[in-house]
Amino acid sequence: MTAAIPLASQLEAARSQMAFTLGFHIILASLGVAFPAIMLIANYRGLRHGDADALLLARRWSKVVAVTFAVGAVTGTVLSFEFGLLWPAFTGRFGAVFGVLFAIEGIFFFLEAIFVAIYIFGWERLAPWTHFWAGVPIPITGLGGAYSVVAVNSWMNQPGGFSPTSGDVTKVEPLKVIFNAAVPYEVPHMILAAYLVTGFLVASVYAVGMLRGRRDRYHRVGLMIPLVLACALAPVQFAVGDAAARAIANDQPVKFAGMECVQQTSRHVTEYIYGRCTPSGVKGGIGIPGFDSFLVGFSTDTQVTGLDSVAPDDRPPANTMLHWAFDTMVGVGTALIALGVWLAFVWWRKRDIPQTRWFLRAVAVSGVAAIVAMECGWIVTEVGRQPWIVYNVMQTKDAVTQASGIWVTFTVVLALYVLLGAALLVTLRTMAARWRAGDAGAEESEVPYGPAPELPADVASEGAL
Amino acid sequence: MSSADAVAGVLWAGVTAYAVFGGADFGAGFWSLTAGSGERGHRTRALIDWAIGPVWEANHVWLIFVLVVLWTGFSAAFEAIFSTLFIPLSLAALGIVLRGAGFAFHTTARRLERRVLAERLFGLSSVLTPFFLGTVVGAVAAGRVPVGNAAGDPVTSWLNPLSLLIGALFVATSAYLAAVFLISDARRADALDLELHFIARALVTAVVTGALAIAGIVELHADARYVYDGLTGDGLPLVIVSVLCGGGVLVMLRRGANRGARLLAVGAVVAVVWGWGVAQHPYLLPQVLTIDDGAAPSATLTTVLAVFGVAAVLVVPSIILLFMLVQRSLVTEGSGPEQRTGA
Repeated sequence: MTAAIPLASQLEAARSQMAFTLGFHIILASLGVAFPAIMLIANYRGLRHGDADALLLARRWSKVVAVTFAVGAVTGTVLSFEFGLLWPAFTGRFGAVFGVLFAIEGIFFFLEAIFVAIYIFGWERLAPWTHFWAGVPIPITGLGGAYSVVAVNSWMNQPGGFSPTSGDVTKVEPLKVIFNAAVPYEVPHMILAAYLVTGFLVASVYAVGMLRGRRDRYHRVGLMIPLVLACALAPVQFAVGDAAARAIANDQPVKFAGMECVQQTSRHVTEYIYGRCTPSGVKGGIGIPGFDSFLVGFSTDTQVTGLDSVAPDDRPPANTMLHWAFDTMVGVGTALIALGVWLAFVWWRKRDIPQTRWFLRAVAVSGVAAIVAMECGWIVTEVGRQPWIVYNVMQTKDAVTQASGIWVTFTVVLALYVLLGAALLVTLRTMAARWRAGDAGAEESEVPYGPAPELPADVASEGAL
Repeated sequence: MSSADAVAGVLWAGVTAYAVFGGADFGAGFWSLTAGSGERGHRTRALIDWAIGPVWEANHVWLIFVLVVLWTGFSAAFEAIFSTLFIPLSLAALGIVLRGAGFAFHTTARRLERRVLAERLFGLSSVLTPFFLGTVVGAVAAGRVPVGNAAGDPVTSWLNPLSLLIGALFVATSAYLAAVFLISDARRADALDLELHFIARALVTAVVTGALAIAGIVELHADARYVYDGLTGDGLPLVIVSVLCGGGVLVMLRRGANRGARLLAVGAVVAVVWGWGVAQHPYLLPQVLTIDDGAAPSATLTTVLAVFGVAAVLVVPSIILLFMLVQRSLVTEGSGPEQRTGA
């Protein structure tokens, strides 16, 4: 018993640190995947229609991309350390299997970094259309990188392509790892999430500006480009998510049971919206009889696997949180679709955005709401897979490091990331304030990956030319 | 050559790139930290800032490359190193976060006090990371990292004379490399006094690095006999090349041939990294785990080699494109001195 307590505490610390650092990085990674596409749409619009506002937006957005990309590179490096610092037994046993995906991701990341640098550097140094095309590899490599990383997670959900399943891996089939069974639903779901988060987040910045009275054309274009893209993709995401939920009910039935608080395997299962999960069923919440079965198999007669199908130790923890995370994700997704419908309806009738301040207020919170939905989705997939790190193959408690001191590193990481996040926000706000103030040097403001700063005149020694 | 050896070669190429590019950048951070205050310190930091400005932070890429190849190709060694050496690797990671944050924000920080804070972080972490990575290398060399999940001693594996010496050697080598690079940067910036400043520092760090290297070899003899025998056996030609390059740097500096000095300084580092690799061969973890025993199944190794080939085909032209753009634009604009791009 005395030995079990430190181990449990060790596992909690490692899981907390991983959850926190991944939850932080995922926001920056989403911006890295989707923001370049939005930036290029503005760039295209600016060149194709001679739209000076769109071109200015593209230029400023490219600087935000550079700053968030640089910070994302740091938080991503931390994650690669954590594969060894937190989960050495996982990486030691399966590194040869999932590692091939990270090797591929490395190429995409490297190329993305190079083309971000070329694009940032290319403003006013390359011909306008050449410059645009120099930026096109960025969103493409972003998609490739996202595929590779998310495919590792989907492999953890649907492991395959290696043998034997117990003991040391002696045979690997890379293609079965790269195209594992959960890729078709998990990868598109995450890439769309990245686009939704970025689209709504960028739009929300301009909505806040308009609420503060800056209702010029520049702000409208800045609002509309990301918002239209995100609103168009929100229903697609709903369909992909729905397919993913059905696939999970089939591939990882215990995770699905945890998400929906299904205690016993049965037919005519009630769908509960929120409510508290207890061993004797859901308390509170709004119940829709038979609807859970219907969602799984399009018939209320469909059998849904319950948590009782496996031993208590093999069930995911924190069922109520899991259930709430799932419902919140779906709820926010639905609300974001409604926002798009509102915009589309008013645009259809009046060729304009809704004039009420409530619309701008809704857009202003949509960015944070999209982030909440994405984080909830990660809670569902990660907590829902527990107690397994590799589904039905390796338990998380067997993967964690035997080194002590994770509570210390977790505390340091927590403090450091809070500062990092604050510094990032302050930096972005400072850049925005300078742009607003019309600071002459602001458009050439120095950013990471940007052109070299001029050598300050006073470096040269006196007497030199 | 087996495919395991080929993947080990790829891994070592990544280590070499990290040692040269990362080393020069860490060293620049060291000189930024020790530049002092006042007029001279301010100008030194401005020069360093300007010199490393155009070199985007490639360190993360090389490091991630090394980590990924290690855990994919040699998972057992990765597990052993990262669990036993949890403390120094956590501290190295801390340095990387602080450095990255310094890089991300110091170019955008407008207010003086924020900029100073970012610079201090950058400098301090530039010492932290190479030092603790050095202690890790020392632990591996002495065979203090057994296979398994935290099977070695969490403290004495890296807190011992050999590890501390190698940690100090890494910091000194970075400082030396950066000083040699900064001499030409100072000349291009027409900062004669800074050129002399860094020539003096290059000479001092050359002596310090040499002394630490000799002390390290003595300690290897006592503590890591396998690597010592390798360095004085199969690895000896490369060690000699490294020493000759190091000595050549001093000659070049005396003659004012800065470009040659830079090449030779890089050569000294590359030769010693590969000398070490030869000395360790065929071990990943000396006398604990060989390359063949620690290697992944063959399909994984083949995939890693194929990915490396694709990377070389795609990434190298892209980097060349980036550097050409940087060069051309500077030439056409004629805005000041030619920029450092290669390292």
